[in-house]
Amino acid sequence: MADIVVRAEGVVKEYRMGSNVVKALNGVNLEIVRGEYISLMGPSGSGKSTLFNMIGALDHPTGGDIYIDRQNMSHLSMSQIAWFRCHRVGYIFQNYNLLYVMTALENVTLPMIFAGLSVSERNDKGVELLKMVGLGDRTHHRPDELSGGQCQRVAIARALANDPTIILADEPTANLDMTTGREIINLIKELNVRQKVTVISATHDAKMLDVSDRVVNIRDGMIERIRNRDEIEIEIGKVGGH
Amino acid sequence: MAQHDQGQIEQQIELPFAESVRISFQSLMIRFWRSIITTAGITLGIAFLVSVWTNSEISEAMKVSGRTDQITSFEEEESTGGISIKDKWLILMSLIVCVVGIANSMLMAVTERFREIGTMKCLGALDRFVVRLFLLESGFQGLAGAVVGALIGCIGSILLNLKDFGLDVFFYFPFFPAVGDDGTVRYGVLLIILGGCVLGMILAVIGAAFPAWRAAKLPPAEAMRTEV
Repeated sequence: MADIVVRAEGVVKEYRMGSNVVKALNGVNLEIVRGEYISLMGPSGSGKSTLFNMIGALDHPTGGDIYIDRQNMSHLSMSQIAWFRCHRVGYIFQNYNLLYVMTALENVTLPMIFAGLSVSERNDKGVELLKMVGLGDRTHHRPDELSGGQCQRVAIARALANDPTIILADEPTANLDMTTGREIINLIKELNVRQKVTVISATHDAKMLDVSDRVVNIRDGMIERIRNRDEIEIEIGKVGGH
Repeated sequence: MAQHDQGQIEQQIELPFAESVRISFQSLMIRFWRSIITTAGITLGIAFLVSVWTNSEISEAMKVSGRTDQITSFEEEESTGGISIKDKWLILMSLIVCVVGIANSMLMAVTERFREIGTMKCLGALDRFVVRLFLLESGFQGLAGAVVGALIGCIGSILLNLKDFGLDVFFYFPFFPAVGDDGTVRYGVLLIILGGCVLGMILAVIGAAFPAWRAAKLPPAEAMRTEV
């Protein structure tokens, strides 16, 4: 039996816009296997970011359940959810969401403060993580002194701060140029392979396709289709052939 | 990472108070000029309130001491004892300006940081940690702003009255609380300064607490979506 790390069961999310109710997610069922690299694809407004937020415990579903490691997320207390976000998940965002008043190192060590690490532990680990993403010489730079690609690397280092089992990446390459975007994707893929972290990425970047183990297409709040790696490769081959 | 695999989900730890103080102080110092502007809002409100009130106290002291010749004619009409209607009105107005000004400063300062609050929650911050951080920050700002404001207000008011009454201001300076011959209570400048400091700090903390609490309660996804 496959080791399921995330399971979504009939997840529904409704937003109230004035008197209208908008269904962003309309009954999503999805299982994500430990260690896989999965991409959620779909046009803007398809609900992929909403699903992403539900899986990362950044928002509550209106209906249905999300299980992570067989634990129903809606049964957790606020304190447990904070612990979960701190220890289990690393978040990477389109606009990096770094704290601009903090240096690269301070950004990376912030989650470690929440995890209760001592000053020396977190500085050592922070420097080590920044070295790993190739920013060993930028530890004391602020985000406004770094390029977009470098900021995203800091965000990746921060996502790894407390050794998460899942990395959630929301459009991580959307603000980056082709080459930098490719580098960031390769870095995330490398973590996925080497550290065996499960990567869940919301994207509409085609560059993400060839590193994904599975691609989930979402349309109108529902899963349209799920493709495995071999099916994707055939399609990429077709595109390349033309 | 293997240590957490399939383990139980635990309770998030509370951070020691000293750590919160350190982070909030650092956060103020890093955005120094932005903090100064917010603090200046508090300073101005309190300076206005304290100057109006001190002025009224000094005028009253001069009146009691017999130096009424310099007081403008329509204040003389109000010689029934205690603060004149005009002064009461002025104090009330300055109090309102002070409350609204400080509330606005703090509201803006916290609202522009909703995204930061959302991000902190993503990284594992507890709601109460976020709120505590903002209460501490606003408390520091409120205290610093109010102390400076109260001193500026008091000194400004003394200087203005020096022009009218000369050095008599110092001879009859109403520093301590007192009860007049007709039983009216004079607060004295000392109490007004202390009151101004406490008021400034309380208003700053309340002004920050409301938006910070609201932001901390939001799911992080929503807090990060908020645009100012």
